[in-house]
Amino acid sequence: MHDDPVIRVVSKVLIPSIMLYALYVQFHGDYGPGGGFQAGVIFAVGFILNAIVFGVNRGRHVWPSSLNLQCIALGLLIYGGTGVASLFLDGNYLDYNVLSGDPVAGQHLGILLVELGVGLTVSSVMVALFFAFAMRGEHVRLLAHDSTEGKEKAKTKPKAKPARKPAAKGAKS
Amino acid sequence: MSEFIVNASLMGLLAIIGVLIIQQHRLFAVIILSGAYSLSAAAWFVIADAVDVAFTEAAVGAGVSTVLALGTLSYVPREEKARSVEPLAMTISLGAGLLLLLAVLDMPHYGSDAAPIHNHVAPHYITQSGSEIGVPNIVTSVLASYRGFDTLGETAVIFTAAIAVFLILTGWTRKKN
Repeated sequence: MHDDPVIRVVSKVLIPSIMLYALYVQFHGDYGPGGGFQAGVIFAVGFILNAIVFGVNRGRHVWPSSLNLQCIALGLLIYGGTGVASLFLDGNYLDYNVLSGDPVAGQHLGILLVELGVGLTVSSVMVALFFAFAMRGEHVRLLAHDSTEGKEKAKTKPKAKPARKPAAKGAKS
Repeated sequence: MSEFIVNASLMGLLAIIGVLIIQQHRLFAVIILSGAYSLSAAAWFVIADAVDVAFTEAAVGAGVSTVLALGTLSYVPREEKARSVEPLAMTISLGAGLLLLLAVLDMPHYGSDAAPIHNHVAPHYITQSGSEIGVPNIVTSVLASYRGFDTLGETAVIFTAAIAVFLILTGWTRKKN
């Protein structure tokens, strides 16, 4: 799959549009279907597609796992922090009315922050889950076809080495 | 009439995919079929005017779950073990299914305005969301504002589940040995 030019070119075109669409879903959730959960998943799909087509190691390079794990916690922290902020502004927990002078504007701000937290957590969780699965077993096994897996693995491994340097580096480790 | 045809064919498709999943022993095919099931279910949710649910089903059920399940496939055997049908288990399953079907008969009709769920807090959400929250999508206002605690809990569940999966898969505990 790494050497197929059609898949590589098409996914290079698709990945930015997938991520742009995820941002649209994230910030347009107030007006149409969508929100943090859906946007987070779609955003993660961009990274997952990148990792599937260009190799898991290169995919990990784009979004390192240390940053990823922090983003998981940060998303939940943004959500909880919004609630704590409303506590400090003399409101109930997660009462967005007090976040701004105008209650409706406060609601808008609160929903935006909360959805941002959800989106951040969900997208990082999805990417991290994918890498947790892909890295432990050899990533070749995930991509190779069903029955001929054993034969193909032996064939494709040396072939991939000269073609893609980062992938070959990671396959050893 | 056309709505009936679309509904019937979608429901038929769901039933056919369900039967195929039961019959299939190759796990790769089962995963792809469950993705197809999710996609058909998403189409059905669109018809039922639950666009947000359909969106989630298509993105999570058909998209990411399939990829993650394929990832799981690298840990488990490719074929399901062939097993003979156990009469006791079959009886219990069929009995439970029959009871559930009987319970469905007691549920209010689809879209009925007398259903309890439409007469509790939903009227308040629908009439007051515009002035209280000011967000055009009522689903978002319910999810993020009226039921903000629930969504906080859901996010915490995702967080906790992910941490548990990483602990198992990355083997942090094993390094001590």
